[in-house]
Amino acid sequence: MSTVFIALQTNDDTRPIIESIMADNPHARLNEAPAMVKIDAEGKLTVKRESIEERLGREFDLQELHINLISLSGNLDETDDELTLSWNS
Amino acid sequence: MSNIDLRTVSIKPLRQTFDHIARRFGDKPASRYQEGTYDLQATHNFHYRPTWDPDREIFDPSRTKLVMKDWYALKDPRQYYYGTYTMARARQQDTAESNFDFVETRGLAEVLPEDVKQTALDVLLPLRHVAWGGNTNNAFICAYGYGTAITQPCIYQSMDQLGIAQYLTRIGLLLADPEALQTAKQAWLDDPMWQPLRRYVEDTFVLQDWFELFVAQNLVLDGYLFPLVYDTIVDDDLSSRGGTAIAMLTQFMSEWFGETAKWSDAQIKVAAAESPENKALLAQWINHWRARALEAVAPIAKRALGDRADGALDDLVQQFATRVGKTGVTL
Amino acid sequence: MDMQVAKKKLGLKERYALMTRDLGWDTTYQPMNKVFPQAEYEGIKIHDWSKWEDPFRLTMDAYWKYQAEKEKKLYAIIDAYAQNNGHLNVTDARYINAIKLFLNGISPLEYMAHRGFAGVGRQFPGVGTRVACLMQSLDEIRHSQTQIHAMSNYNKYYNGFHDYTTMIQRVWYLSVPRSFFDDAITAGPFEFMIAIGFSFEYVLTNLLFVPFVSGAAYNGDMGTMTFGFSAQSDEARHMTLGLECIKFMLEQDPANVPIVQRWIDKWAWRGYRVLTLVGMMMDYMLPKRVMSWKEAWEIYFEENGGALFNDLARYGIRPPKFLDQIAFDKDHISHQAWGTFYNYAAACNFHSWTPTDDEMDWLSAKYPNSFDKYYRPRLEHWREEAKKGNRFYNKTLPMLCQTCQIPMIFTEPGDPTKICYRESDYKGTKYHFCSDGCKDIFDHEPEKYIQSWLPVHQIYQGNCFNPGVDPTAPGFDALGAVLDYYNMAVGRDNLDFEGSEDQKNFEAWRGMATKNI
Repeated sequence: MSTVFIALQTNDDTRPIIESIMADNPHARLNEAPAMVKIDAEGKLTVKRESIEERLGREFDLQELHINLISLSGNLDETDDELTLSWNS
Repeated sequence: MSNIDLRTVSIKPLRQTFDHIARRFGDKPASRYQEGTYDLQATHNFHYRPTWDPDREIFDPSRTKLVMKDWYALKDPRQYYYGTYTMARARQQDTAESNFDFVETRGLAEVLPEDVKQTALDVLLPLRHVAWGGNTNNAFICAYGYGTAITQPCIYQSMDQLGIAQYLTRIGLLLADPEALQTAKQAWLDDPMWQPLRRYVEDTFVLQDWFELFVAQNLVLDGYLFPLVYDTIVDDDLSSRGGTAIAMLTQFMSEWFGETAKWSDAQIKVAAAESPENKALLAQWINHWRARALEAVAPIAKRALGDRADGALDDLVQQFATRVGKTGVTL
Repeated sequence: MDMQVAKKKLGLKERYALMTRDLGWDTTYQPMNKVFPQAEYEGIKIHDWSKWEDPFRLTMDAYWKYQAEKEKKLYAIIDAYAQNNGHLNVTDARYINAIKLFLNGISPLEYMAHRGFAGVGRQFPGVGTRVACLMQSLDEIRHSQTQIHAMSNYNKYYNGFHDYTTMIQRVWYLSVPRSFFDDAITAGPFEFMIAIGFSFEYVLTNLLFVPFVSGAAYNGDMGTMTFGFSAQSDEARHMTLGLECIKFMLEQDPANVPIVQRWIDKWAWRGYRVLTLVGMMMDYMLPKRVMSWKEAWEIYFEENGGALFNDLARYGIRPPKFLDQIAFDKDHISHQAWGTFYNYAAACNFHSWTPTDDEMDWLSAKYPNSFDKYYRPRLEHWREEAKKGNRFYNKTLPMLCQTCQIPMIFTEPGDPTKICYRESDYKGTKYHFCSDGCKDIFDHEPEKYIQSWLPVHQIYQGNCFNPGVDPTAPGFDALGAVLDYYNMAVGRDNLDFEGSEDQKNFEAWRGMATKNI
């Protein structure tokens, strides 16, 4: 299995996003670095709109991720409800 | 780190700006537009010739017949750099969003008179493809033009045209459905009404001189199309027949044209003032393309305005000639 | 009012398709091959552009909205940073040399990416691909400008930033990054996408932006941290574009596979060579270090790139050539590069220095196989000599590699004590290379690389003096004349950090903040 990752800036906007990702992907590992986090996961990682909305208490458009996104890896699939990163191998 | 208050330190800068800016304007505080624009494009010591144009350098002034001593004379009167550009468009986007919301939540599309709605669909939706042409052509100018002063606003113009194509698409989805977009695309491809315009757009796709393309697209085609469609047809005619909702949905386009036309005019004015040769060249290009533009937009005027079309077209020709007159080019 | 039939809500993908790919059409008044004249000459076969998978699906309205939000945040920080003399907050003034390298060597590439993506965004016949490329073109002018604007304040107080638009076109070592991008933009649109969209963006930019920018934050440079991460948020879109593009080419026709493979080999090596500069920045130029070049390489190239190449194996793609050598070299290249710049500090627009004892210990710990054995002794020797007043400045002109244009400083695969030289004969002339990788690239396209504007050759040919300079005059100072041509402020931009104007000013200004004078 290969590792996919998503890296986000750390600030007040991203705290609930990071929490949601960690809650929805129990296999993911959180790596903290100055001003950023990198979340690694074997094979696949899913970011779910609903989980973020629960924590934010408001509607969230997954495209808002762009504001604080630093980097990612893996094949990306984006729908209205979730964003998935995965490797086929 | 110890808690030091750096704000209280008053230190004298060694210099106010970069050398290339100071060489042009003196060593004084420079604007973000200046630092983000002037001399960003390389001019010498290129490493390899383009495999797609082996007779020229990567950036080469000979890709147009127009000649300028300093290509940075073609500056943008709006002084847009990316930050000010996106913030300006975000504000307009916000208004457009409210307008779309207003029309949608109040069901204004459903209460439009049927003929008004049909005219709007017939006239506006095929223009998605014309806007896509505007995107294509401005990408060309940005890629192969010379000097950041004029190539930079062309990527903005290119993406604005894409934005306009997308607003027109949303109008189709709001007033009708995806099938209406397909009907309009078919009309764009086959209906005789649209063929002179489609031929115009496709002919501009193969122009090799980027400044001629600037003239054909940004000055002439937009200069005929936007006043006719958004001022005369939508704001005046359709609004007077109960179609104010449509004017709300095209507000972005009207404002955009008002803004960008000033920029295009400024480019023509500066280029014309450079030399009599430039002036003659511009006149030749404008004359050629304006005759074709009139032929291309006439069927749209006829479809929307019926027997008032001829008068509207006369006004349009007159307005355009007045506009060009102010740039110093004699037609 | 009529009863409304509820409209079916379109999903993101359907809606985005109507907003982009549906806008295009096959032209009939002009033939498609005249409208898209660059689509076929590289030999890539595309049968069906509609099979293109859009990566992120941003329409312009959303783009303007989110990007304006990013810009507002960024410029608020840049303004505050400038108003509060934020530059005095960096760990120490040596750090500022890393960002000089950034403005001089990287920001001009962002600009080239802007123009390059406008070109490919015009040339691809597929609408979805074009929209993504043009959006990237727009992002790239953002990156060049936000970098210039963020570093504009540094330019006011420190040397070496002041004429980066001239220097990228003239200074010897800057021909390395510049020729990389000139190479990409002079290729066809498909190769450009593999070069920049795939190799550079997907495989390599993480190395530039993520650990280095995190390092900027760690060294108190909030301005660089902010533009760096803000730019990188666009890179996420660019990387998915690069990956989609390569998958698309590979899926369209099996005949594309060997062409793409060759481009991957070429551009992975080209990019790897340029990144030598970044390795040196990370290991030597950040006073507080986040991770070593080697660690960053292992995470972002070996692990992440490895996953990527496993994924592409199903198309018959193998990892880039020369990986064994690259794996061996990660213990060496940052040290070899820093040694070179230390030597040529008289002809550089940034300062160099020998590391402190603490820093040498850190390097030993991070490079147990190489640092103490090969590099510490010579750094200590240089330090001792400098203390005695014999700071060594090499004033000879080095031989450059015909392909990557780096001086011949790299060593033989597996032997870090022996400089690697390779050569090829082409039409009766001998050309020299730093490695098998660079020779391989030349041998495949000699007609391209014989054109290289090699700074040292150009100096010898008399092309690097200002107009009016007479190289035959008695007592002619060739190096001085070349530095004039570079517009380098001798004694201010160049030489050792120790004793530099930057060092003195920074100390004095910081002193004013901590003492009551």
